[in-house]
Amino acid sequence: MPEQIPNDSVGLVTPQIHHFDQPLTLRSGRVLPSYDLVYETYGELNADKSNAVLICHALSGDHHAAGYHSMDDNKPGWWDSAIGPGKAIDTNRFFVVALNNLGGCSGSSGPISINPDSGKPWGPEFPIVAVRDWVTSQARLADVLGIQQWAAVVGGSLGGMQVLRWSIQYPERLRHAVVIASAPKLSAQNIAFNEVARQAIAKDPEFHDGNYLEHNTLPKTGLMQARMLGHLTYLSDDAMKQKFGRELKEGKLNYSFAPEFQVESYLHYQGEKFSTRFDANTYMLMTKALDYFDPAADYDNDLVQCLSHARCEFLVLSFTTDWRFSPERSQEIVDALIHADKNVSYACIESDNGHDAFLLPIPRYLDIFSAYMQRVAADIPTGGGA
Amino acid sequence: MNNHDFDNLRDDHALIQHGVKPGSQVLDLGCGDGSLLKYLQQHKNVRGYGLEINPDNITACIRNGVNVIEQDLDKGLNNFEDGSIDTVIMTQALQAVERPDLLLDEMLRIGKEAIVTFPNFGYWRTRFYLLLKGRMPMSETLPYNWYDTPNIHMCTFRDFEILCREKNIRILNKTVVDDNHKHHWTIRLWPAMLGEIAVYHITRR
Repeated sequence: MPEQIPNDSVGLVTPQIHHFDQPLTLRSGRVLPSYDLVYETYGELNADKSNAVLICHALSGDHHAAGYHSMDDNKPGWWDSAIGPGKAIDTNRFFVVALNNLGGCSGSSGPISINPDSGKPWGPEFPIVAVRDWVTSQARLADVLGIQQWAAVVGGSLGGMQVLRWSIQYPERLRHAVVIASAPKLSAQNIAFNEVARQAIAKDPEFHDGNYLEHNTLPKTGLMQARMLGHLTYLSDDAMKQKFGRELKEGKLNYSFAPEFQVESYLHYQGEKFSTRFDANTYMLMTKALDYFDPAADYDNDLVQCLSHARCEFLVLSFTTDWRFSPERSQEIVDALIHADKNVSYACIESDNGHDAFLLPIPRYLDIFSAYMQRVAADIPTGGGA
Repeated sequence: MNNHDFDNLRDDHALIQHGVKPGSQVLDLGCGDGSLLKYLQQHKNVRGYGLEINPDNITACIRNGVNVIEQDLDKGLNNFEDGSIDTVIMTQALQAVERPDLLLDEMLRIGKEAIVTFPNFGYWRTRFYLLLKGRMPMSETLPYNWYDTPNIHMCTFRDFEILCREKNIRILNKTVVDDNHKHHWTIRLWPAMLGEIAVYHITRR
């Protein structure tokens, strides 16, 4: 709990909900007749509505990207290291919008919200949404807020995929794209990790084909296993060596199958924590959106042709020990952008923290991110506002 | 940065910009803080990218408003297509790469033309330093000890021109200056001996 809100925090924030009555036709062909999006905003929208930055969240993220909901909160929002007054995404200059994506479990329409047709939770019946569906819904939220063009759209990992999608789906609606620790599509290895995670959930006896809420239960074990696997792929070998090594919980071997190494209890703790806060159907759905993402598929699998539709400038960042979304994958995006003759800058940040690095306050990372966002701020059209 | 360095930088840029066509696409290898690219964007309306590996320089490039790609020149330039760039520029870095000869090939594969600048190891002071002191030459242009110098492939103007001839590289233009990037009539008299820095504008066409 923050005894006092830090000076560089956006402070106490209150989420807002917007209800959309306009049906949304999804990539799958299914239609969401209506839906809610929950979002937070930080900073002030200028008169021209030209200083808005959209934050796209990753697999387990939500709309609470910065600040605190109450003085009782243990931790600030998930990207508080980058969003706030004087931080990389400087709320003194930008109006920041962060939302929970469709299919999420933090207040936007998703498996745990009520299906208006049945009056019961959607559960596994909630349609599988694709990255492009999120981007369409985000554009509708921009319409509601009166934002014609984002100063920048920013995201890491699955969030970075949404940024890429924005750049080709609504090329005229963003000036800058910041794509962090992401990839133009998942590799077979990545899809395989997701499938193991989904199977862990699906095979939990409490899953009931996704109808666990009707059975008044939760597939906690499955979700915990899925998270343990996911979590360890977000860390690097070096980071784990430094953090845990072969350290034992009780300082000696007990010749039992209970967790004995520190790394085991850490993973148990992370999995346990996640299994009570996150929805299993949402996890299934988000990993599917990751697997399906492949914007070049619509362009003869030619990423250059695909990205040639973009009009914005790009910053692409990767981290040396990230093996889930490796620097080579970011380099693929950069090479395609160069071939497509786009403005792009790229840096690979030295870090021991694996994929998780994109959420951490690494000095060089935040320096380069800040420098780029200052450029974004300098590009905000001035004058002409009411 | 003192005034001398500032003038120096401007002069360097002015020398290079002669060979760059307005509105063209450039690639700057080892682009430092991006000041040359920024200068060329402002004065010649060029588009392009800088390649750099130093983290501070990369951030400086971003502050300078130029496109910078973190990439090690010694690991190749395979990500750039043949003839995709009008002019590939490399200032004061040829002597610091692992294989200057292969990099020259790469520059003229990617670029229609290239501009290369490097310090002359055949400069008279350098020659006399080695001759008289019997030690590896050090100077304002070459301030390093033999064991810690990044300049692992020093050459003379003559060495460079022989390499160009062997590789069928055509020298379109050559400007030889002193370390303040100034021309002086004496340099024209005997450039191989009296010139400290050369700007070579080359092509394979």
